[in-house]
Amino acid sequence: MLRIQNLIKRYGHGEPVLRGLDLDVPGESVVSIIGASGAGKSTLLRCINRLVEPTEGSIELNGLELTHLKREELRKARRRIGMIFQGFNLVDRLTVMENVQCGRLGYIPYWRAALRKYPAEDIERAYHLMERVGIAHYANKRADALSGGERQRVGVVRALMQQPEILLADEPTASLDPVSSRQIMELLQTLSQELSLPVLINIHNVAEAREYTQRIVGMRFGKLIFDGVPADLDQEAMDAVYSGTPGEARQQAESGPAHSPAVVS
Amino acid sequence: MTQQTVAERTWARYTPQQRWKRFLTMLVVAAAVVWAVESIDIIWPWVWDAPAQVGDLFGRMVPPDVSNLRAILWALVETLNIATIATFVAIFLSLPIAYIAAQNTTPNRFTLWLGRFILVSSRSVNTLIWALLFVAIFGPGVLAGIIAIMFRSIGFLGKLLGEAIEEIDRRPVEALEATGASRAKVVLYAIVPQVMPTFFAVGILRWDINLRESTVLGLVGAGGIGVILQGAIDTLAWQTVATILLAIIALVILGEALAAWLRKKVI
Repeated sequence: MLRIQNLIKRYGHGEPVLRGLDLDVPGESVVSIIGASGAGKSTLLRCINRLVEPTEGSIELNGLELTHLKREELRKARRRIGMIFQGFNLVDRLTVMENVQCGRLGYIPYWRAALRKYPAEDIERAYHLMERVGIAHYANKRADALSGGERQRVGVVRALMQQPEILLADEPTASLDPVSSRQIMELLQTLSQELSLPVLINIHNVAEAREYTQRIVGMRFGKLIFDGVPADLDQEAMDAVYSGTPGEARQQAESGPAHSPAVVS
Repeated sequence: MTQQTVAERTWARYTPQQRWKRFLTMLVVAAAVVWAVESIDIIWPWVWDAPAQVGDLFGRMVPPDVSNLRAILWALVETLNIATIATFVAIFLSLPIAYIAAQNTTPNRFTLWLGRFILVSSRSVNTLIWALLFVAIFGPGVLAGIIAIMFRSIGFLGKLLGEAIEEIDRRPVEALEATGASRAKVVLYAIVPQVMPTFFAVGILRWDINLRESTVLGLVGAGGIGVILQGAIDTLAWQTVATILLAIIALVILGEALAAWLRKKVI
């Protein structure tokens, strides 16, 4: 259960990017966050694991208040939050297995990390997850030898290795081709059910959001202005979320992945 | 249709003011060169004499004297070892300095300033001057040479490695921070792999440079083949000098070839 209350984020002395945002994510639901570029979607996700420091408000994950944690406590809390990135953010020169084991870095001692002597159960778990997403045969390949869709799978497995209590995905499909993009969305949806894991996805592709998630949240200028099931997201709601943005960008967001990979950022 | 006459349109690449500036600049440069030539005291007869001297020296050097070959080869090995040991130690010493001298990894302003100060002071002093200093401290010999080369190398290696650290891709660092990894582990997994190629390339390059520098260390008594060379010149044993020079050339060429081959291997 993730509970965000009155979250405010201001960079420097400028206008706030998040203006008193409230959001509850109970149980194992997949939630899409949609909104125009600059609406504050990325900032919202990064506030949760404090890659970005929130200015005000409260973020609670399964009863643990995240906003006031000190360094070491924050490090421990971050182990419980998996994150998937638009650019995959893998270490190119390391093998797939090493990249995947990065998800365990918060748990294992330094010498094990340095010598690559990972605990047997971590290796077992890594193979299990890699088999689940179809990249086990790449274990010894360098990460930069893989295609985009495969690299994002490595990113997903790395996050799952943390045994997280929640998964944050920041535009996980925006750098992918339409087919890989749908595969990753499908994967996130099924993994959420299998592992009973809440997943929060920032996404530009509204068609994919409708298809693969049970709940859609619309952001505009740092606030939630829509919250409902995909069926509730009618033309009026779409206008409210995207109005003021160039018509082209919206059209692209609306049309399915068959027409375009919907990279609107 | 009326046409403007040619004289009505004028065009000049430079305005009069620009022209004066250019002229003055050239005048200043010319004056500096003239002054430099005037002020140094060249003894012209010695210059006109040079071709004859070259012929004479060459005559004395041929054929090279190889009777001392054992001693010369041994000095070459010593030279090689000075370069290798100094490079090896300098690489390890330069790592923490590169870490604190890079803007994105340094813990605070003071350490950044400290790191840069170490790099600048190491780099601004020539190896031979470091060698003079350490010969005075440790006495003549190999140790002074090794430490001199080490001191000069730390600045070179630290500077280039620090720049490599500053140029890394930030995104994997962010991703590993998000997993709850400690700072030390983020460095180990996200920064070290990214600077590894530069690390090897720079290390090999410095070894190559150090090999050449260690051949002259002997001139100030800091070990290596330079000691024998100095001795041979002092005793006017020109045929031995010829052998030593040929040996140095062979060593440097071999070193360069090895360095090129290694660079290809690691990158």
